[in-house]
Amino acid sequence: MSSPPSPSPNRWFKALRRTRLGEPCLKTYPLECVELLKRARAAFQAGRTAKEGFRLAQLEAVVRMLVEHECDFVDALGRDLHKPRFETVVSELILVKNEALHAINNLKKWMQPQHVERNLSTTLDECLVVNEPLGVVLIMGTWCSPVQLCLVPLVGAIAAGNCAMINPPEYTSHTAELLHRLIPSYLDNECFHVIVTGTNDLAQIVGLKFEHVFFIGNREEAGRVAQAAALTLTPVTLVLGGKNPCYVDQQCDITTTAQRIAWARFHNAGQSAVAPDYILCHVDVKERLVQALKCCLMQFYGSDPRESRSFGRMVNLETFNRTRDLLWRSGKVAVGGQVIEAEKYIAPTILTEVVESDPIMQHEVFGPVLPILTVKNVDEAVAFINKQEKPLCVYAYSSNSKVISRLMSETSSGSFCSNDSILQSLMVVLPFGGVGASGMGSYHGRYSFDTFSHRKSCLLRGTRFECVTYLRYPPYEDRNLSLMTWASTLSQKSQGWCQIL
Amino acid sequence: MSQEQKAVARARKAFLTGRSKPLEHRIRQLKNLQRLFVERQTEISDAMKKDLNKSEVGTQLFETLGLEGEINLAIKKLKEWAAPRPVEKNLLTLSDTVYIQPEPLGVVLIIGAWNYPWAVTIQPLIGAMAAGNAAVVKPSEVCAHTSKVMEYLLPIYIDKELYPVVTGGVPETQELLRQRFDHIFYTGNSMVGRLIMEAAAKHLTPVTLELGGKSPCYIDKNCDISIACRRITWGKYTNCGQTCIAPDYILCEPSIQDRVIEEVKKSIEDFYTDNPKTCTDYGRIINQRHFKRIMAMTEDSTVAVGGESDESDCYIAPTVLRDVKPEAKVMQEEIFGPLLPVLPVGGLDEAIKFINQGEKPLALYIFSPDKKVIKRMIDETSSGGVLANDCLVHYSVSTLPFGGVGNSGMGSYHGKFSFDQLSHLRGCLIKELKMEGVNSMRYPPHTPKKLGWARFFILKNPDLGWMGRMALLAILAVVAAVVLQVSYGGREERDINEY
Repeated sequence: MSSPPSPSPNRWFKALRRTRLGEPCLKTYPLECVELLKRARAAFQAGRTAKEGFRLAQLEAVVRMLVEHECDFVDALGRDLHKPRFETVVSELILVKNEALHAINNLKKWMQPQHVERNLSTTLDECLVVNEPLGVVLIMGTWCSPVQLCLVPLVGAIAAGNCAMINPPEYTSHTAELLHRLIPSYLDNECFHVIVTGTNDLAQIVGLKFEHVFFIGNREEAGRVAQAAALTLTPVTLVLGGKNPCYVDQQCDITTTAQRIAWARFHNAGQSAVAPDYILCHVDVKERLVQALKCCLMQFYGSDPRESRSFGRMVNLETFNRTRDLLWRSGKVAVGGQVIEAEKYIAPTILTEVVESDPIMQHEVFGPVLPILTVKNVDEAVAFINKQEKPLCVYAYSSNSKVISRLMSETSSGSFCSNDSILQSLMVVLPFGGVGASGMGSYHGRYSFDTFSHRKSCLLRGTRFECVTYLRYPPYEDRNLSLMTWASTLSQKSQGWCQIL
Repeated sequence: MSQEQKAVARARKAFLTGRSKPLEHRIRQLKNLQRLFVERQTEISDAMKKDLNKSEVGTQLFETLGLEGEINLAIKKLKEWAAPRPVEKNLLTLSDTVYIQPEPLGVVLIIGAWNYPWAVTIQPLIGAMAAGNAAVVKPSEVCAHTSKVMEYLLPIYIDKELYPVVTGGVPETQELLRQRFDHIFYTGNSMVGRLIMEAAAKHLTPVTLELGGKSPCYIDKNCDISIACRRITWGKYTNCGQTCIAPDYILCEPSIQDRVIEEVKKSIEDFYTDNPKTCTDYGRIINQRHFKRIMAMTEDSTVAVGGESDESDCYIAPTVLRDVKPEAKVMQEEIFGPLLPVLPVGGLDEAIKFINQGEKPLALYIFSPDKKVIKRMIDETSSGGVLANDCLVHYSVSTLPFGGVGNSGMGSYHGKFSFDQLSHLRGCLIKELKMEGVNSMRYPPHTPKKLGWARFFILKNPDLGWMGRMALLAILAVVAAVVLQVSYGGREERDINEY
């Protein structure tokens, strides 16, 4: 396993700056990043990450780190986001552990070259696809679930045999500091580095040249990352937010629907890229839905959510202000609405009488505010959804499978879930990612491994049977072409295209 | 609105009507495309002759035969490719439906290249059509006759609103790139590839870039040199060296250099006669600019075979350069012409080291009878693809993904990979509003007990291994037996009571 953490000079020279609120934060300067990247690249080229044994050891170390320091993670996320212990353990730690264990259980299979179907001309050859690591990859997570969003891609990168630089979000400074402190104690010090940089340095860091950049965050930052990556022909995976629509049909069990929506929307104080962003409610059930949601909120967080240990806070003043403004300038408050700036607290809030032109419908709501719009029928809901940019998720609640089917086939999104929310983004067997404005590429489980690998095609022939290959050489004769076309049609009937080459 | 804007807007409008989605439509369009190649071979070949001096047989062999095969494959397999793909379920999703649904992306931009204009422009189009997209096709203006023929023929056979052809040069391409697409597919060189990716980044559009590089070719001294050189000669001088996966340069030990050069010379004479200029099967350089670029590369190396040229005809003879040094001009960029440099190296180790110093190429060739040598090459170098003991032909295996890595590109296609590359694979979870009891453990207020249950249900276990699985199976069998016993016992009692 990895040696004890080396007292690297770089770590001693980290600058400690105080922010306005007096909270400590540390920063890795671009020059240091260059140095760390050089070390990671040297380690990769020396073949350190190639062997299965190494990758397994690193994955096991990730699991150990989460188990041994559970309390530290709960504490850090509690300070950064007021995240309840339950949410930290379930949605951050267990999620990463599952991914790591899934990778450990399947690594041997994933690393095997895949033999592919051969055609007539390659029957005597070996046709296979080898999964190769890319090199050094850059992983930039975002602050709403900093542990999960940095470590799940890291699991994929390790499994695929890469070295990695991890850039946890600066907003969640305690968590960033924790990761910065712990990772060198568990993972190989040459191959994996944690760097903490601000959003202003994004383009510069990407420009240092990695073999793949994995970015989770908002559209504006993603644009800068994509531009910087284009200059160095670096492939990117972007998982971005968006306004995830949630359609509630007149035929559904309102109580259960309300419970599932409330859980999805208000966990982590609404700061989730996969939560339902707004509801398109069938006009017949709107009143009942609002009532049911009100009951749920009471059940979940009590009469004063501020006192509840299960409810979070906004990560910083900037997001607090932004969400509060959207709340104040849109629709009508049906439930909640209280805000306390000193605590960055916004009560779980439901807005009704929201119209499309309201400010809250122009931006992603990254807070505990749920706008409800009414629609007359499924057609209107589908038309509304398709007018917007493609979101990360589309949700639909209905007991009528035809309605679900329509919502699914007539809209486009990163992923889709009916009669529940968020769960499709937690499963290791489904690819999770965006499309269009919500991103490109996907990850989780095998898809993480594939994202961070290069599929190298290998065709291994022999030098016998030259008597057959001569057909393809010049001088080109019509007779030869006819023979080849004939053989080509033969194999087209049986297996697909081939040329006797 | 410019012509380009209009074409893209029309394509998007056509896509939004939904008519490109049904499988019947896609298959109909693919069949129409197939007819194009059957019925219009003469026009296609004539244009290719004027652009690249390609013979009619050569055109069919290298351009259209492959496309016909891909179309057939797509038609045959489309139903399977477009169907929902079920995934493994776990304890919590046993009663749910979980699958991946392939979906079209929208409007795709396909920018073709000039060296195999039909192959590299139409093959992505096949994938785009099969995946249910609309596609704007921009053939390369460098092969002027072929792009005119494409502009004229495609609208006759396939839906001209869904698949418009936009011709033009740099300004027209730039105007196209200002529009928003759902995917951009580019084949060409890495310099332009960067510009395309930059333009795409403005709209956060994903790209597939099929670029080039210097594809190395290592010849082991123990291989059958005569057959190896024959295949290399074919791979190198086809289309006058203007192939993205042509073997760019040879690495071999000094002891076999003379033999290699001699065998290549023999093969050149067999294929193209001793005066390739008059041979109908030998092509020409595409234009003056490339002619000058390639000729400049010969300046600081020794010509062993060939070397003749005729600027007025854009003719360069099949040429071999010997004892080439790594600093030579010919080793600084992708040749894309009929010059074959031979670099002597000490052996496999030196060859691998040299290859790894350069950018990752699109293809890597190795000629050796020894499987261990081949395995070392595969394991210790990186490239888009690897082909042992032959050249070019891995391109034709539709079950192998074709694409680059690093500087040679990103993304891959051919066969099903084209379909997947131009689709969105959407994760779908279909649940019902029942069994809410199970969900209650995740709802607040959070208690330690709920957390305990959550851990039990959600956390995976490390692999139990064979013994563990047997033990689990045994326990389940016992439980099942007990349950059955109790329920049957109960039923017997009830039956008796009914009498």
